[in-house]
Amino acid sequence: MIRAAIALLAVLAALPLFGLPEYFLHLGIATMLSAVACTGWAMMGRFGLVSFGHGAFIGIAAYTMALLWNYAGLTPWIGLPAGVALGMAAAALLAYPCFRLRVVGHYFALVTLAAGEIVRILIVALRNITGGSLGMTPRLSPDNALAAMQLGKHGFWWLAVLVWAFALLTWWWIDRSMSARALTAISEDEDAAASIGIRVTREKMMITLISAGFAALGGALGAQYRLYLNPESLAGIGISLQIVFGALAGGMYSMLGPTVGAAFTIALEETLRVSFGTAFIGAAPLVYGVLLVLFILFLPRGIVGWFERRR
Amino acid sequence: MDPFLLEAIVNGILLGGVFALPVLGLNLVFGVVDVVWLCYAELVMVGMYCVWFLHTQAGWPLSLAFAACLPVVAMLGLLLHLLVVKPLLGSPPITQVLATGGVLFILQGGAMLTFGTDFRSLGVEMPPMEVGEIFVSGTKLVAFVAALVSAAGLWAFLKFTYVGTAIRAIARDREVMPLMGVDPQRIYLVASAVGGGLAGLAACLLVVQLDVHPFIGLSFGPITFMICVMGGLGNMLGGFLAAFLMGVIISTGGFWWNTEMSYVVAFVFFIVVMFARPRGLFAR
Repeated sequence: MIRAAIALLAVLAALPLFGLPEYFLHLGIATMLSAVACTGWAMMGRFGLVSFGHGAFIGIAAYTMALLWNYAGLTPWIGLPAGVALGMAAAALLAYPCFRLRVVGHYFALVTLAAGEIVRILIVALRNITGGSLGMTPRLSPDNALAAMQLGKHGFWWLAVLVWAFALLTWWWIDRSMSARALTAISEDEDAAASIGIRVTREKMMITLISAGFAALGGALGAQYRLYLNPESLAGIGISLQIVFGALAGGMYSMLGPTVGAAFTIALEETLRVSFGTAFIGAAPLVYGVLLVLFILFLPRGIVGWFERRR
Repeated sequence: MDPFLLEAIVNGILLGGVFALPVLGLNLVFGVVDVVWLCYAELVMVGMYCVWFLHTQAGWPLSLAFAACLPVVAMLGLLLHLLVVKPLLGSPPITQVLATGGVLFILQGGAMLTFGTDFRSLGVEMPPMEVGEIFVSGTKLVAFVAALVSAAGLWAFLKFTYVGTAIRAIARDREVMPLMGVDPQRIYLVASAVGGGLAGLAACLLVVQLDVHPFIGLSFGPITFMICVMGGLGNMLGGFLAAFLMGVIISTGGFWWNTEMSYVVAFVFFIVVMFARPRGLFAR
C-alpha cells in the first residue's frame, strides 16, 4: 500500500519531464488543487457536517496572501500559511459557537452559507484595496519568480502534487485515528456519543479546522497559480457549491473520491468550454446542473463509491 | 426624526414585504416536505423572465402576463418535486439540498441560453408618492400591499380549507397523519405547487422593481434562506416577521454605511441571532 503510494507519487512527479503538453499540465494543476479543496471539504462532509461556506475560508486565505504580497511585499511562501491560518481562525470563530450551541443540520449549512456571502461582499465592498468585483492580480516579479511563488507550470505541478499528497495522507491518518470512530458516532447521535465520553465539540472543531485549512490551501494556491483573484470565484455561494459538488460527484466516503470528482468536474467544464465556447453562453452550467442532478439521483455515493460497491 | 432615516425605515418595511413571499413559499415547502429548495430564488427568476417575455416580447397586457406567470412557476414547482425531490425523499438532507442546487445551475444556464446575460427591464414605473416629509416609490408600495394581501390569502387557505388543514397537520406530524387517512404524497404535491405559485407571485412583484438577469437569484436567494432560518425553518409567522426585520436592517444599514455593507451587517446579524437562538428567533 505504502509502496504503491510512493510509486504513484513518483510517476506523478515525473510526468512533466516526459514532455506533456502545457495544456494538459495546466489541467492537471487545476485538478490537483481543486482536489485538495474537495478532499478538505469531504473530510467533514462525510461525517454529516455539511458546510456551504468553505468559500469564506478560501477567500480569506487567498486575499490575505495576495494583499500581503502586493502591499507589504511579503512572499507568498509566508503569506500563504498566514492566509490559511487566518482562514482556519475564521472557521474556528464560526464553528465553535455553532457546535457549542448545537446549530446542526440545515441550520449549520445555512449559517456557513451566510459566512461565505459575508466574505464575498466584504471583498467587493473593500474595493479600494481588493479591486472589488473586477478582481486583482498579484504583482508580477519576473526577476524574483521563486520568492514570489510565480513558478510556472512545472514548479506548480510539483507543488500541487505535494499538497495533494499531504491532503490524502491527512485523510488516511484521520481514518486510522480514534477521531474517525468518534465522529462517526457523533454523526449518528450526538447525545449518545457524548454519553459514552466522546468530547463532541472538540472532535467536531478539530475536523472542521483541518477541513477548512485544506480548502483554504487548495483554493489560495489555485489563485496564486492563475495569478488572478476574484470574489465570485474565491468566496461566496458559487465556489462553495462547486467544492461540494466535486466531493459528492466523486464520492465523499472514499479517500480518492473527491479527487476523482475534481477531475471529473474540471474535465466536464473544459469539454463544455471547448465544445460550446462562447457561442452558447449558459450551455455549460445547464449541462453541469443536469449531470449533477443525475449523479445525485442515480449515483448517490459518487463515482468511486459506485465502483467500490460493484466489486 | 431625521426624514432620511424615516425614509430608510419605511423603505426597509417595503423591502420586507418583497422578501416575505419567497420566505413564506420556502417555509411552506420546508415545513411540509422537509426539503430546502436551494433553487427557490431561481424559480422567482424564471417567473420574472416569464412576465417580461409575455409583456414586452409577446405584447400581452401586464395583467395577463402576471396571471400566466403564476401557473407556469407553480408547474415548475410541481416538476421540481416530481422529478428531483420525490425520488430523494428517503435520502439524507444533504443530497436533497444539493440536488436542488443542481437545479439552480440548470435554471441559471437555461435562462442564459434563452435570454442571454443582458439586464431586461419591464419598463413600468409609477411616480413616487410624497407622504408627509418622505418620498415612497409607488411601485414598491403597490408591491408591498400585494405581498400583504397574498400572505393573508395564504393564511386563509391554510386556515379555512380542508387541504390547508391537511397541510398544517402534515407539517406538525408526518408520522401520524397517514394513519388518519391523509395521503402525504398528495399533500406534498399541493405544497410544492403552492410554493411554486408563491415564487411566481414574488416574481410579479419583483419584476416591476428590478431588471431581470440570469444571476438575479443569487442577489436575493441567500438573504431569503437566512430570513427563513432566522424565523425558524417551517415557521410561517416567524419567517414573515423576520422578513420585515431584515428589510429594515438592510435599509437602515444602507442609510448609515452603503448598500454592500448593509448586507454584511444583515448577515452578521443573522449569524449572531443563530448563536443566540439556534432554532430561530421565534422558536418556542
